[in-house]
Amino acid sequence: MLGSLVRCKLEKFSVTTPATAELRKTALNSIHRRLGARMVNFGGWDMPVEYSGIMAEHMAVRTRAGLFDVSHMGELEIRGPDALELVQHVTCNNAAKLVIGQAQYSGLMTSRGTFVDDLLVHKISETHYLLCVNAANQEGDFEHVVANNRFDATVENTGPRYSQLAIQGPRAKEILQRVTQITLDPIRYYHFAFGRVDGVECLVARTGYTGEDGFEIYFDPEFSEKLWNSIMEAGEQEGLIPCGLGARNTLRLEAGMCLYGHEIDDTTTPWEAGLGWICKLDKGQFLGSDVLARQKQSGLERKLMGFEMLDKRIGRDGYPVLIGGREAGCVTSGCPSPYLKKNIGMAYVPPAAAAIGTEIGIGIRGQSAPARIIALPFYKRPQ
Amino acid sequence: MYPSDYRYTKDHEWIKLDGPVGTIGITDYAQAELGDVVFVELPKAGTQVKAGQSFGTVESVKAVSEIFSPVSGEVVETNAALADSPEKINQDPHGAAWLVKVRLADPKEISGLMDAAAYQAYIAEKAKEHSA
Repeated sequence: MLGSLVRCKLEKFSVTTPATAELRKTALNSIHRRLGARMVNFGGWDMPVEYSGIMAEHMAVRTRAGLFDVSHMGELEIRGPDALELVQHVTCNNAAKLVIGQAQYSGLMTSRGTFVDDLLVHKISETHYLLCVNAANQEGDFEHVVANNRFDATVENTGPRYSQLAIQGPRAKEILQRVTQITLDPIRYYHFAFGRVDGVECLVARTGYTGEDGFEIYFDPEFSEKLWNSIMEAGEQEGLIPCGLGARNTLRLEAGMCLYGHEIDDTTTPWEAGLGWICKLDKGQFLGSDVLARQKQSGLERKLMGFEMLDKRIGRDGYPVLIGGREAGCVTSGCPSPYLKKNIGMAYVPPAAAAIGTEIGIGIRGQSAPARIIALPFYKRPQ
Repeated sequence: MYPSDYRYTKDHEWIKLDGPVGTIGITDYAQAELGDVVFVELPKAGTQVKAGQSFGTVESVKAVSEIFSPVSGEVVETNAALADSPEKINQDPHGAAWLVKVRLADPKEISGLMDAAAYQAYIAEKAKEHSA
C-alpha cells in the first residue's frame, strides 16, 4: 500500500526535483533527525514533515505555540537608489505604501499577469528591500528579477545567508519575549524590527503562514541550533512543540492562504486566486498590469473558492470538481481540518458555481462526493 | 512487534490465517508512514477481491493510500468500528484495527508472502533508503 502513499507524498511535497539530485539541508537538519522527524523532499530540500504528528502539531499552534524551521525559504535583496522602482515593476502590490519596518504580501508577476511566485516584501530602508520567496522558486525568482532589472538597483540571492524560524500560536509572543531584548508587543502585524534573540542579531517580523499571531525570525545560519534550542527551552512550560511542513500546510489551508504550485502558479492571475487585494492597478504600470487590467474588465472564467465536504470523504489536491456530472474545475488543496473537524479544501470553479452555498461534486475514485462552497478563510483567529 | 503467525506483503499489509478465512490489516510500519489516520473506505461483505489488487483506501491527514489484497477470495466481514474511529489503525494496527476478513479462494497463495523475519528485514532495508 505504501507504493501509492509515497507517490502521493511526493506529489504533495516535492516540486520538480529529480530524485537523483542532492537534497539541500537546512542548518537544523541534524536536530530534526535527532527529534525523530519524518523527513520529505520538499522542493529539493530535506525537510521535516512531522515530529509528533500533524494533528498534535496543528492543535499546538492553534491553542499554544509551535516552532517551525523554515530556513528553506529563499531571500532576495534589492538595493540601490531605484530599489523601489524595481520592486514596483516586478510585483503586483503597491510597495510604495510601505514604511521602513513594514512587510507586505505580494506576487512576483510574469508579463502575462500570472505568478512567478508569491512573496513577502520587507522595506528595510529607502534603498533596501528584503524579499522572502518560496524555496523551490528562489533561483527562478532571482533570474526573473535580474532579467527585468533596467533600474539603478542591484539584486542578490541571499538565501544561503539566512536561517529562518517561525514561532506561531497564541503564546508565541510571551515565549519569544523571554529570549529577546526587542520589545515585541509594539511590533504590529506585518511589521518587523531588528535586535538580538539570545544574543544573536535577528530580523524579527510579525508575520506567518498559520492564521495565528506569531513571528518569523531571520538570522545567520551559524546560530541555528543555538536559537532553536533557546526558543524551545523558553517555551517548554507553555507546551511549545516543534512543527513540520505537514501542520504548516493544514494550518495555512484553514486560514485560506495560497500555496504556490497549488492555488497559484504561472497560469493563474491574482483576480482568479482571490488575491485582488494584493493587485494594485492604480500604482502604475508593472509586469502584466495591462493583461490584469483587461481581465478585470472582461471578467473571469474561474475563481478560487473554499468548500467543505458533506460526507466523510476528503477532496484532495488534483481531484476534479463536478457540476451536473461534468468536470468543471479542480481542487487545489484539500485535507481534513484538524481544528474545525471537517474536510475542507480550495478549488477553482466557474463563476456560475462560485456563490457561497452552491453545492458541487468532488470526483473521488470515480464517484461524485457532495461538497458545498463556503466562505474563506475557514478559520479566523479570535481577536 | 510483528507477530510470527502473520504473513506480510511488500505493500505493507498483513494477513492472519484462521482455517479458510484470513484477517487482513496494515502493518505498524505502514501506519507510522501514513501518520494520523482519519478515514477508511472498505469493501462490503460479499465483495470479491484479487491478490495484488486494491480493495480500499486508508487516508491520513496528508495522504491517501490504497490497500492491496494479499490474497484472492470473498470478503466475509469488514471492521465496522473503523468507520467511527479510524485512529485505531495508529493505535493497534496488528490487532483491533484489522480491516477485513476474506475467505480464501486458494489457501496456497499464502506461501508467496513474507514471514515476520523476512518482512522485518525488508522494512529495515526501506528505512536505510529513507535515511540515506
